[in-house]
Amino acid sequence: MIRVALPFHLRNLARVDGEVELAIADPVTLGAVLDALETRYPALRGTLRDHVTLKRRPFIRFFACKEDLSHEPPETSLPEPIVRGEEPLLIVGAMAGG
Amino acid sequence: MSTIRVLVGTKKGAFILASDGRRRQWGVSGPYFAGWEIYHIKGSPRDPNRLFASQTSGWFGQIIQRSDDGGKTWNAPGSSPEELESPNGFPKGESNKFLYAGEVGTHKWYDGTQHPWEFKRVWHIEPSFTDPDTAFAGAEDAALFKTTDGGKTWRELPGLRRAKGHLWQPGAGGMAAHTIILDPKNASRIYVAISAAGAFRSDDGGETWKPINRGLKSNYELPDPDAEVGHCVHRIAMHPSRPDVLFMQKHWDVMRTDNAGDQWREVSGNLPTDFGFPIDVHAHDPETIFVVPIKSDSEHYPPEGKLRVYRSRSGGNEWEPLTKGLPQENCYVNVLRDAMAVDSLEPCGVYFGTTGGQVYVSADEGNSWNPIVRDLPAVLSVEVQVLP
Repeated sequence: MIRVALPFHLRNLARVDGEVELAIADPVTLGAVLDALETRYPALRGTLRDHVTLKRRPFIRFFACKEDLSHEPPETSLPEPIVRGEEPLLIVGAMAGG
Repeated sequence: MSTIRVLVGTKKGAFILASDGRRRQWGVSGPYFAGWEIYHIKGSPRDPNRLFASQTSGWFGQIIQRSDDGGKTWNAPGSSPEELESPNGFPKGESNKFLYAGEVGTHKWYDGTQHPWEFKRVWHIEPSFTDPDTAFAGAEDAALFKTTDGGKTWRELPGLRRAKGHLWQPGAGGMAAHTIILDPKNASRIYVAISAAGAFRSDDGGETWKPINRGLKSNYELPDPDAEVGHCVHRIAMHPSRPDVLFMQKHWDVMRTDNAGDQWREVSGNLPTDFGFPIDVHAHDPETIFVVPIKSDSEHYPPEGKLRVYRSRSGGNEWEPLTKGLPQENCYVNVLRDAMAVDSLEPCGVYFGTTGGQVYVSADEGNSWNPIVRDLPAVLSVEVQVLP
């Protein structure tokens, strides 16, 4: 299972406590995880990326195993520790606002 | 005895204030959606326990929330636990999908060039008088959207932006469709106000629109005295018994029309300043109106540090200050355009919220005021429901 850690406000919106777990077939890419997340939690659609273009919202960031994947394309494969469920994919609300 | 429910949207969540018809003792619930900007909450006139809320964030964008039990529980439409377990499969999660119809088009930008429309947030939700599943949403960048399925999906009514939209220009607060008024006697007639574009009217349920800004003067912003659009209208109010009479708080000037916006005339009269944001009409007297004068567009606070509501009992021009119970020194809050409302009790109740987090109530038509709460986040909107 792929583990995903959501920021506080999106955990509330999705009505989940702690991490969420998603079953995703190979290849486990950033885009596949986001697709699965939005399918399982439809209330998150539009909050991470644009409904139509699927472009990441400006203040959303994606981190995996201490790597910033925010600017990577959706077909980017996630690191093995994420695929094996040893580490969560971190979705973070960027520090912004002054 | 009736129950009063005051729906308050703030910069950091929503609050519901409740009282009986005496309007003396209040209970406060919330914050709902803590930490999010709640631009507006409004109940369906047809089903008062159905509430719509516009929830927004610079990080996560637009969310539409709906309650079907008077605010006790909320869900993004289409994502309630029952709907998630539906045999029809997962819902599409489109309650926050606000797409401009067809070619996105452009409007006037700050430097005079054309700029594409970009959806930012919903400022105002106006539920239908007759159908609890139907509501209109006023958006920034300015456009009007409609739902007929309780908020699960929204479609733009693009005719509004065809009313010279290429000449609309954002003000300092953005370019938002912030006021939506449905005509209670004519289901085909809708009014919308936009900063900084002006007032608009549809006579066919929102399909086509025309600017209704004749008589508005915006000397500094619009040198052309006959400019059809580009006026910075802050708020419009109507009494349901007389839907052809509208009152407007413009950037500067308080205005009135007696023919559904075809011609406006100024009724600022003896106001200490005619800049301000909210305007509302007494529930039982269509000639009694309320405004909150603000010193200027450069100084968004009350003149002399005195928070005063002004009331006209003559439909404008002659105004009296209402001060009893309101701070008369060292008060430098603002009252935003959607942060005033009236109830339908006798005598009429008047409510407003401030950027300092106070929500004031007058249970006697504005003669005296009391704070319901003093320390909320900055108040963005106030609506009132009278429940049997």
